[in-house]
Amino acid sequence: MINIFKTSKAVSLSIDQFFDKIDLGTLNFKKGVQNYIDGNLNEFAQNLKSISILENEADTIQRKIENDFYLHSLMPNYASDILNLLESVDNIIDRSTDVLSQFDVERPHMPEAIKKDYTELLNLTVRSAENVVPAARIFFTSPDAVKDRIQKVLFYHRETDVLSNNIKRKIFQEFDSLKLSEKIHLRYFALHIEQVSDTCKNIAHQLSSLVIKIKM
Amino acid sequence: MFLFFISSGLFLGWTLGANDASNVFGSAVGSKLIRFRQAAIIASIFVVLGAVLQGAGGSHTLGKLGSVDALGGAFTVALAAGMSVLWMTKSKLPVSTSQAIVGAIIGWNFFTGNPTDMNSLTTIVATWISGPILGGIFAVLLFLLLQFILRKRKIHLIKLDAYIKYALLIVGAFGSYSLGANNIANVVGVFIPSAPNIVLDFGFFTLNGTQLLFLGGGLSIAVGIFTYSKKVMMTVGNSLMKLNAETAIIVVLAHSLVLFVFSSQSLSDLFVRIGLPAIPLVPVSSSQAIVGAIIGIGILKGGRNIQINVIGKIAIGWLLTPIIAGLFAFFALFFMSNVFNLKVSSNPSKYVKGDIVVTDDAKVSIDDKTKSIENFYPSDKEVATFKLYKPAVIIVMIILLLVIIYQLYVISRLKEKDKLEEYQESIDRYDTQQILLAKELKTTNDANLKLEKEIDVKEKEQKKIALSIIRKNEILSTLKTEIEMLKSKPEETLKYADLNTLKLLIIENLSVENERKSFNTYIRNLNESFYKNLELEHPGLSENEKKLCSLLRLKLTSKEIASILNITPKSVEVNRYRLRKKMNIKKNEKLSKMIRKL
Repeated sequence: MINIFKTSKAVSLSIDQFFDKIDLGTLNFKKGVQNYIDGNLNEFAQNLKSISILENEADTIQRKIENDFYLHSLMPNYASDILNLLESVDNIIDRSTDVLSQFDVERPHMPEAIKKDYTELLNLTVRSAENVVPAARIFFTSPDAVKDRIQKVLFYHRETDVLSNNIKRKIFQEFDSLKLSEKIHLRYFALHIEQVSDTCKNIAHQLSSLVIKIKM
Repeated sequence: MFLFFISSGLFLGWTLGANDASNVFGSAVGSKLIRFRQAAIIASIFVVLGAVLQGAGGSHTLGKLGSVDALGGAFTVALAAGMSVLWMTKSKLPVSTSQAIVGAIIGWNFFTGNPTDMNSLTTIVATWISGPILGGIFAVLLFLLLQFILRKRKIHLIKLDAYIKYALLIVGAFGSYSLGANNIANVVGVFIPSAPNIVLDFGFFTLNGTQLLFLGGGLSIAVGIFTYSKKVMMTVGNSLMKLNAETAIIVVLAHSLVLFVFSSQSLSDLFVRIGLPAIPLVPVSSSQAIVGAIIGIGILKGGRNIQINVIGKIAIGWLLTPIIAGLFAFFALFFMSNVFNLKVSSNPSKYVKGDIVVTDDAKVSIDDKTKSIENFYPSDKEVATFKLYKPAVIIVMIILLLVIIYQLYVISRLKEKDKLEEYQESIDRYDTQQILLAKELKTTNDANLKLEKEIDVKEKEQKKIALSIIRKNEILSTLKTEIEMLKSKPEETLKYADLNTLKLLIIENLSVENERKSFNTYIRNLNESFYKNLELEHPGLSENEKKLCSLLRLKLTSKEIASILNITPKSVEVNRYRLRKKMNIKKNEKLSKMIRKL
């Protein structure tokens, strides 16, 4: 029973470390995709390597947190919800790594005229991630403050959706010089980037229901 | 006899422990924040402490309402209250032990003709109403305070969980203490006038008859907690308070404060000292105090959680419980006195307003003016004192000795176990080492055998090469002789046939048949295990086919194989096709790959 203070301190530290990894992962994702768009393939490879390491570290911390939750019966009423939340947050870095890996493997051809749109799409997606991680972080200290952050996440997700559709439309309607296979390829990459923002939206919904549950 | 009569009170204590412990620890145990065992131990210790140290106040007020001055009467009153609680609980009617005992005492008053002290009754009823209200007020204030602290401190949820676990234990302990202090009057209050006039002197503390009664009552509550409250905590306690952990702490704390306020003589005295009216020391319903606290928080949160029917149930409980318990008591007393000729009152007509003069047996006088607890206990003059210092010390010493012996036994067992484990570990280590050594030996032997075979093959090869050199020399010398013979012949006698003889000799010796044979033997020696596997897997293969397999295994091309076997490449292809058929190799599988797998 006395150890519970020690354990809770260790677990709260682990949760903070976990969010740090996700934050760093998001930054690497942004830099990575931007480097690919700009044609800096060496830097891109470095970003991919970094994000893979961060993903592994985040997974390790997540497993440790899960273990502590079950071992020390921490927050028995909300344990499963909180662990699900952490799992969803981990999906951000997983998805980001996947996207970078797909860029690395498939090397999509990106015409100059569309690069600016992809950069904007990337910025919007990353902004939704940059807002959802602090929202999840602040949930553990001030659940009341989560709501403000969630609104921003949902806003950026909506914007990402709109821009992604515009990019797809542009690719198929304006780029006659591209082959159909290239168009489809580019469309998929818009979709991949957009999926990171979808993950953030899911976390936002999860957070809002968790806040209600915890405040009941 | 006294012990038999007190059984009804102990039964009442058991029901109280079984039901009301869930008000204190129900939320914590139900939500698995605290283990039941832990909760039960803490609750039991503090209930007993509360009962013994602070239980007199409530009993005093009950005594004023109606001093049940005969043991038979006290037994019947407690039994009637207990049966009423049991029956109403079974009938799912709102019930409280506090209200049942008050109703039963009034029933006794009616039966014996003792007038009921209306002042006391008014105070008690007012407390029943003010209890839940006060619970609500306490809950609101504490909730606001907690919210303020949480907002200011921004504690991490995980750390907060740890704090909550400890807070639940501390608040639960306080709640149990207050429950024991306030509700012990319900359990054994009616027996106080009949309590034996004894004092047990343990040297460093003494227990008089009333305190012994409280101790017994407290223990019966503890038994109720241990034997039956888990079920209630997991069902009733849980459904009563579907609250989050922080709110649960507030609710339990508010409830505990209500029970404490209505049972603390010191607090009441403090109020009087600062010029405020004295707090009436009355047993209040634990469940109603809890419900009051929940409603208070519900109002604070905007009235979402308020269940109007719960308030209605409390009101019904206020009316119904005393009436039913009173009727029960009245008929039970009638039955007991007429059927069993049980003495239910020492002097039915005697009633002194203000002062209560009670049993001849107990000879206890309660001074209403001072309301001092000491005066409520039997006076020292008639008290039989038992010096238990020595027996208590001896018992404590024996217990300590037993504990030490047990600990020594446990330690020696642990040491033995450790030694055994160490021994077993060393045996295991030795066995493992042996197995490893045996394996190593086998591997070395195998390697030696392989090396010996290799040496053998190499020797044979050397011999073969030597023989081949000798043979080559022989051929060359034969050739030399033949050529010299031809040279010695006159030029005109040289014939085409002579040259042809020479050519044939060369062709004959160029034939690689012998070498091939030796080569095959060499190959066979090298691939001994392969041949064994091949024969096992495909027993119907001919000698030539086996040879082909061994050559394919060496990754030789058809052309190379043809030259070795002295056949055409086309024949090799045909043989390969036949081999595939014999070995049942599918079209998409490679023959050489399959052979190498063997």
